[in-house]
Amino acid sequence: MIGIIDYGSGNFGSVRNALDRLGAGSFISSSPAELDRAEKLILPGVGAAGNAMRLIAESGLEGWLRGLEAPLLGICLGMQLMFDYSQENQTACLGLVPGTVEPFAVPGLRTPQIGWNRVYPAVEDPLFRDIPSGEYFYFVHSYYAAPGAATVATGIYGVEFSAAVTRANIRGVQFHPEKSGPAGLRLLENFISLC
Amino acid sequence: MEKGNSGMLARRIIPCLDVKDGRVVKGVQFENIRDAGDPVALAERYSAEGADELVLLDISASREGRRTFFDIIERVARAVQIPFTVGGGISTVDEVASALAAGADKVSFNTAAVLRPELLSEAAARVGSQAVVAAIDARRRRPGDPEAGWDVWIRGGSQPTELEAVEWARRAVGLGAGELLATSMDRDGMQAGYDLELLRALSRAVNVPVIASGGAGSVGHVADAFLQGNADAVLAASIFHDGTVTLRELKQGLAALGIPMRLQ
Repeated sequence: MIGIIDYGSGNFGSVRNALDRLGAGSFISSSPAELDRAEKLILPGVGAAGNAMRLIAESGLEGWLRGLEAPLLGICLGMQLMFDYSQENQTACLGLVPGTVEPFAVPGLRTPQIGWNRVYPAVEDPLFRDIPSGEYFYFVHSYYAAPGAATVATGIYGVEFSAAVTRANIRGVQFHPEKSGPAGLRLLENFISLC
Repeated sequence: MEKGNSGMLARRIIPCLDVKDGRVVKGVQFENIRDAGDPVALAERYSAEGADELVLLDISASREGRRTFFDIIERVARAVQIPFTVGGGISTVDEVASALAAGADKVSFNTAAVLRPELLSEAAARVGSQAVVAAIDARRRRPGDPEAGWDVWIRGGSQPTELEAVEWARRAVGLGAGELLATSMDRDGMQAGYDLELLRALSRAVNVPVIASGGAGSVGHVADAFLQGNADAVLAASIFHDGTVTLRELKQGLAALGIPMRLQ
């Protein structure tokens, strides 16, 4: 079973719909005890980092996430929260992945980045098995993490940014696989069966 | 594409479904409404043909039509894996939350935001700017003279306001809208091309993506919206519903002109 972590912010329905389509059993919960029963976990997220970290702390999920050993996939804001720090609302995040999340600040660059952009795997990772380099995924974000030691795929929007990161049991994608058509479903299936 | 060094970010093609009492309908210049099919079936078909996003607008006047619309949001969310925006009559933050909970990704505001602009800030605070779209129905003050500006119309294009479209766009973005959906009422359903001056004026005025709407009749019109209007996305209804051009043909035609397109 895949546990979808509900901390009171985020579009959980779309992730659930995508997992249903793959025939993968899933449940949505905010309880660490319940989520501990899942084989794998997904941390979705939309909205702002400050509010999300506050909700995670209030739900009692912060320490639990930091000590998690099961495979975890963070999506969009869910990925950004895995870093040490986000400049959005000057927020201390989970510290599972080293680095800081910063705003797009290229003059003339429209923000948020909204739409389909190409993703280029930088190192071998099972998440991208059978997905061609340069495949389009759907992005919606105003903040990004610069490529670093944990980056396994990048994209370019004014600057090069981390499109996917991996660190031990932790994975994060800046795009929305649940909204990225067949390529997104492929990636979710890879997470379920290979990670 | 003067503004926005957005590189290879694909320009988006967005079919629009106007939904009335559970059916997709389409009019010309907001009138002469006719039936164009089942919303879930059309959403699935357009998604399979390469739509980058969808917009579903509820133009029902009745409470039943409204309930039906929320059912449709849930069914569309289960049927497609691409993002979609919903709008039409959403006027409270709780309705925004319900629409997103039903599976929509963004909510567009038109009349309700004009009548109470703080709605945009409240919605952005609750669900984030990326989910807040300001929809503007604009009509030229003097048809041949873009310098005169554009009036903002509300209530499905039936009522003019005192607002000027470019100024209102600036304000809406300042309040929290993360995207603009600009419909030219002069061009809606005419299939004679987008109002390029309106698009240029809006894309100069704001730093969020601008979706062009109203007037698509050919591949060339859409290309003009991107290359001359600096639009980031285009919305179209009639050309797809009528089969004037398929999504695939349109995207291949635009890609051949060097416009970044997601081709499947």
